[in-house]
Amino acid sequence: MKLKIKCNESNHICDKSQYKEASLWEKIKLNIHLLYCDFCRKYTANNQRLTKTIKSTTIKTLCEEDKKVLKEKLLQEMKK
Amino acid sequence: MDKIELHPETWVDRYSDYLYNYTIVRVNDHEVAQDIISETFLAGLKSKDNFKGEATERTWLIAILKRKIIDYYRKINSSKGKAEMRISYNDSNNEGDWLEEKIQDDSAMNAEESMENEELGLAILQCLDSINEKQAEIFKLKTLDGVDTETICNEYNITPSNLWVIIHRARKAMADCLETNWFNK
Repeated sequence: MKLKIKCNESNHICDKSQYKEASLWEKIKLNIHLLYCDFCRKYTANNQRLTKTIKSTTIKTLCEEDKKVLKEKLLQEMKK
Repeated sequence: MDKIELHPETWVDRYSDYLYNYTIVRVNDHEVAQDIISETFLAGLKSKDNFKGEATERTWLIAILKRKIIDYYRKINSSKGKAEMRISYNDSNNEGDWLEEKIQDDSAMNAEESMENEELGLAILQCLDSINEKQAEIFKLKTLDGVDTETICNEYNITPSNLWVIIHRARKAMADCLETNWFNK
């Protein structure tokens, strides 16, 4: 098993862990990488902040069905 | 400066989430919010020729939306007022106008904190609109709607590693955009 990983892999794991999709082993590798890589530490910090920022708001999106209804109404009106 | 043109056929995809978030905190009812947004789009279409091309589409639609929200409050207040008039006028001397005052002062509708929260939400949606369209779509599904990787991959016919590349680019662009438009505002 390889303990040392490259930056792109580290970023990939970091992305996955924002969605809780990184395995424990991946997270260990990421953290070891972060010990010595300043660049990835920055990326990870920014990435975590983005996750936290988005979680702190209550963004509500319209579901596809609702959008379809809106679109149909608008298209009908455009044809007139 | 080039004049901005309107593209009604893209409105729903580009602005409906933004308008919905703006509306839902003000009317607090999904159905009502949806009706108001629909009315906004139709009104926008009708007065298309009045658009001078000086504001962005978003700003213009928001201006219409604001009027629609006020109209909505006027409507419910005029029917509600009949039932509540007696109570509110009897309570104290000058407080009978409270309902009307409440709708006029837009800023008093929410506590400061929820205003900030709302603004941040809108800033995020605005950033989403400024990044690559496909990246934004997939990012939105994954991050805001919480759709799982497999479903998105099937829907867009991409591999998981494609998906993660897209997510990575989108996250970078979003972080940059929020950095300039929110954190360093």
